[in-house]
Amino acid sequence: MTFEKERQVLVIFPHPDDEAFGVSGTIASHVNNGTPVTYACLTLGEMGRNLGNPPFATRESLPIIRRQELKDAASALGIQDLRMLGLRDKTIEFEDDEKLADLMYAMIQELNPSLIITFYPGYSVHPDHEATGRAVVRAVGRIPKDKRPKLHCVAFSNNCVEELGEADIRYNVKSVEKQKIAAIMAHRSQTQYMVAAWGDKLETQDPELLAWIHNERFWTYQWPEENQKV
Amino acid sequence: MEPIIQADVQALINSYANEDVYLHLETTNGAYATHFDESFFSVGAYIRNAFLQYELGKIVGMGPYRVGLKLSIGWVYAEGLTHYEQDAKGRLLMAGLDPAGKLAVALQISKTPFE
Repeated sequence: MTFEKERQVLVIFPHPDDEAFGVSGTIASHVNNGTPVTYACLTLGEMGRNLGNPPFATRESLPIIRRQELKDAASALGIQDLRMLGLRDKTIEFEDDEKLADLMYAMIQELNPSLIITFYPGYSVHPDHEATGRAVVRAVGRIPKDKRPKLHCVAFSNNCVEELGEADIRYNVKSVEKQKIAAIMAHRSQTQYMVAAWGDKLETQDPELLAWIHNERFWTYQWPEENQKV
Repeated sequence: MEPIIQADVQALINSYANEDVYLHLETTNGAYATHFDESFFSVGAYIRNAFLQYELGKIVGMGPYRVGLKLSIGWVYAEGLTHYEQDAKGRLLMAGLDPAGKLAVALQISKTPFE
């Protein structure tokens, strides 16, 4: 599929690096297309378990490191508007649901995006992913149906294809491969082992690794028939 | 952080005894454990900025280590601790890192609140 020209893209994820693996090629493509992209990242990934081996970070220094990594990744993708919302890793689902939706709604009102990208509630595994997706859906659900922006969701639970069907939005992001790899590598504290495990697969053009890097997929959010306010 | 030197850590634990301290205690097996292995029973617990005093604190074991803090009306303990550091803010940061370097447990003691 080719990228439609958007008015404004709003990407909402809870953790630095959530944008890197499955979405950064899409982000870079929109940026390169001249579309303003805002990335709202809810936490600094304070609870990340990778501290280096031997450790180069502590529980207390990790958020400082990850804040810089997030800035580096955003810069690699050309994101002009990076917002860190100051919530805490692993606590999103315990926040007040309406207030969280208010936060999302306020951003949507301010930016008037034509496309929002977040996690698919019910199919995104990590409790913070789920809570973020739910809050975005709740906020978008407040907008009359005919005025809603497109809502493209990332899903990767073991049952996602079984229950949602195959992803309806598929892009090949080969043309921005370098930017995507730079974004992945920018999250050094979390990705250095993964990148090390690639070995020479990038240079040797390993088909499996390239397919993983080049293919990005999203599910258009399916609004429930009956209660569209969620 | 460096691998735990038991005598060093014991001296640090002693230095916070009978004083108001803020405590961080955490265990985790990672949010994806059940995603990768559906038979895995995922558990974790987390408390940040518990405000307390302990009258006695000990580090025990041959490594990984256990640390227990005796309170006037209760207890705090953690097991599996492997690494420590007293950071620039004077906080005692202890963690248990698994063989891959991933944090599995943390016990931290500070005279000022954690951010």
